[in-house]
Amino acid sequence: MNHDVPDSRRGFLAKLAAVACGGLATLAPVAAGVWAFLDPLRRKGAAAEFLPVTELSAIPDDGVPRQFAVVAERIDAWTGFPREPIGAVYLRREKGSRNVEALTATCPHAGCFVELEGTRCFRCPCHNSTFTLDGGIVEPSPSPRPMDSLECRVAENGEVAVKWQNFRTGIAAKEASS
Amino acid sequence: MTPPREGRGGPLRRLADFLDDRTGWRGLMHEALYERVPGGARWRYVWGSTLVFAFMTQVITGLFLWASYSASGQTAWESVWYIQHEMTGGWLLRGIHHFMAQAMVVLLALHLLQVVIDGAYKAPREVNFWLGLVLMMLVLGMALTGYLLPWDQKGYWATRVATNLAGIVPVIGPAIQKVVVGGPDYGHHTLTRFFALHAGFLPATLVAFLVVHLALFRKHGLHAKQPITKPDGMFWPDQLLKDAVAMLAVMAVVLGVILVPAVRTMLAGGHVDWGHVGAELGAPADPSQPYAAARPEWYFLFLFQFLKVFEGWGATGEFLGAILVPGLIMGVMFLMPILGNWKLGHRFNVAFTLGLLAGVAVLTGLALDEDYYALWADKQQVAEAAKLFDETGGDEEKLLAAVGGDKAKAAAIAGQFQTVEKIRRSEAFLAAVKTARADAERAAELAGRPERIPPGGALELVRRDPLSQGPRLFAQHCSSCHAHVDPETPEAATILARSSAANLHGFGTAAWMKGLLDPDQVAGPAYFGNTAHKDGDMVNFVREDLQDAETWKPADIEAVIAALAAESGLGDAKTPAATILRGRELVASDERCGSCHRFGDNGTDLGTACDLTGWGGREWLVGIITDPTHERFYGDTNDRMPSFGKAAEGAMPLLTDEQIGLLADWLRGEW
Repeated sequence: MNHDVPDSRRGFLAKLAAVACGGLATLAPVAAGVWAFLDPLRRKGAAAEFLPVTELSAIPDDGVPRQFAVVAERIDAWTGFPREPIGAVYLRREKGSRNVEALTATCPHAGCFVELEGTRCFRCPCHNSTFTLDGGIVEPSPSPRPMDSLECRVAENGEVAVKWQNFRTGIAAKEASS
Repeated sequence: MTPPREGRGGPLRRLADFLDDRTGWRGLMHEALYERVPGGARWRYVWGSTLVFAFMTQVITGLFLWASYSASGQTAWESVWYIQHEMTGGWLLRGIHHFMAQAMVVLLALHLLQVVIDGAYKAPREVNFWLGLVLMMLVLGMALTGYLLPWDQKGYWATRVATNLAGIVPVIGPAIQKVVVGGPDYGHHTLTRFFALHAGFLPATLVAFLVVHLALFRKHGLHAKQPITKPDGMFWPDQLLKDAVAMLAVMAVVLGVILVPAVRTMLAGGHVDWGHVGAELGAPADPSQPYAAARPEWYFLFLFQFLKVFEGWGATGEFLGAILVPGLIMGVMFLMPILGNWKLGHRFNVAFTLGLLAGVAVLTGLALDEDYYALWADKQQVAEAAKLFDETGGDEEKLLAAVGGDKAKAAAIAGQFQTVEKIRRSEAFLAAVKTARADAERAAELAGRPERIPPGGALELVRRDPLSQGPRLFAQHCSSCHAHVDPETPEAATILARSSAANLHGFGTAAWMKGLLDPDQVAGPAYFGNTAHKDGDMVNFVREDLQDAETWKPADIEAVIAALAAESGLGDAKTPAATILRGRELVASDERCGSCHRFGDNGTDLGTACDLTGWGGREWLVGIITDPTHERFYGDTNDRMPSFGKAAEGAMPLLTDEQIGLLADWLRGEW
């Protein structure tokens, strides 16, 4: 019996067809997987909106920031959470002023939680970025920009609301993340 | 060693050479691909490769599913729902994983069949055959553990059965069960453990066995089907081309199963909801709800049916059917390579395998026949028997009396009772499947609302849903007296005849009130006909006073109906305000309804008749369900209705406030 196989043009076509069929068959699960895996790309963060944070009277008018929790309803994939703390802001106001300044507690460098160091300054525990009480940068600093201020509204009845949003970290420009 | 060849040929060639010098990949590829196939490539050899391909598909899709799955009692169903309904392509990913798992079971059977028929298990390949059997059990184990992970009713109940069966293994059974389930009860750790088994332990073990299986396969070479008539071929590309075509065909079948229903809908011009394409997702697992549609996945149906053979044997039967007999069968299969050495051994092995598959097919067929019998049974033929069965409850003496003492006829009818019962069981199963589908759809719909699923999980959502809970609560607590049936439907008459209290379908609407004020209906089965109020004041009023057209002009009656429907909040929004106002005056008037009924501040004493203030509204319904003996409702003329929300001190009421609210909302059609 002749057991030899001639290597020919037919062989090349067979190889091509085998690779094509196998590739096509494997493509389906890979494509479906990648398609689903990239689902987060089409998801947008919640639109920035004003969230009530506290009462004006709760912010002492001594120019020293105080930490407040931002409370909101939140959707996390399939779960809808009722109102719960979703982040923190620092609020401060000067003597006798109704004007409240709001700073997000997220460090503009790498997103850690910036802490208030006594009544002197802000310091980020991760890389020691230091900021003045009004959020200004203290050089030298790993942070490329001052702390991110948030729009703040004080209503007639004293309710303080903050426009809650996240910003991209690590860049010099203050850019809202989407 | 060959000297470095860098510097020759194009850049690609040079890179390949570079790598080959350092890894020897060409040799490895050559080793892997250039295997001689005695007698040439054949289609019958493709099954092993398709199984490897199916497993790879499961690994790929499984890893991507893993990236979005969350194994816990409050997140498993929810995350699978999210994959299926919210993530782009999630339905396709899950569909491929789900149906490829089923394809794998079929491919396993084909591979086993080919190996046994070709005698490929014989020396020197015995060990590889045993490895194959271990691989088969691992695949079945992955199928079993994967079924639970969505934590839906189907998977939950199937797993309860499977783990309870494991619990009847003598001595160590209860311990095995507890370890697998993760405790004395089903919950978080059942899921984490099954997930670890499904995505970790079992596939890792499978890979280890597969590597040895393939290595031994290469060592022994392909077992060629005798006699060899054609020249030898090469694994690459001859056999691999056939393998690849078979893989593509398997994938095409899987995609077909997923996509054909959707394509059909599209061709018919319908809208395709992709969340409902591919693998099903049942309602969230609920240990407090019966699930009569519980069945194992189709490839385990034969075992389910086999267990029925031992019905009535108790735990012994289950031990025999679920453990001993399957164990013996596996034992025989493990012995096949040794049996094969005997003169008739191979024939026995082939006959045994074919017999086994035939047995599986027959049992599967029987199981399907029992479940779906009502779909193809000739119900006309047993119509009389069915009727007599309902009347006599299958009692022989009653049957004899029913057919007027005709013994031959009674015997003939009794002979058909079995068929009738089979139809009834099948109908009950089909109804359960329908309910399960509706529940599943409703749960998905609730989860898809903008407020999403509460942190407590989807079951909370379902339990707070009037549409899901209303019919169940009604069936449990109300339907032994009350009907809830649209009077326009053909089955209404039968259902109403069986009821002994008012039909609550559409309670609170103008149509319902219109029927109550109809002299032909008020004492009928849909209203007071089957109650103690049959000859009561209201019936007399409707039949006599209301017929006095001098006092009660048709427009007045219309106005009263409109006013009461408005009171419940279920009235027609287009009813003129003047009509309602006129109706309210009549209802309140102490010369009309108000002579007995309190309405607003008309001053009529409570206790003579129901308070019509807010009649049929949520608060009113909650009130009457809570305590119909309250003076606002029937007081001491209450006929049999329990006070569902009231209990003696220290006792539990029949229904919680929440349940009563759900009933009221469902009766009012608010969900």
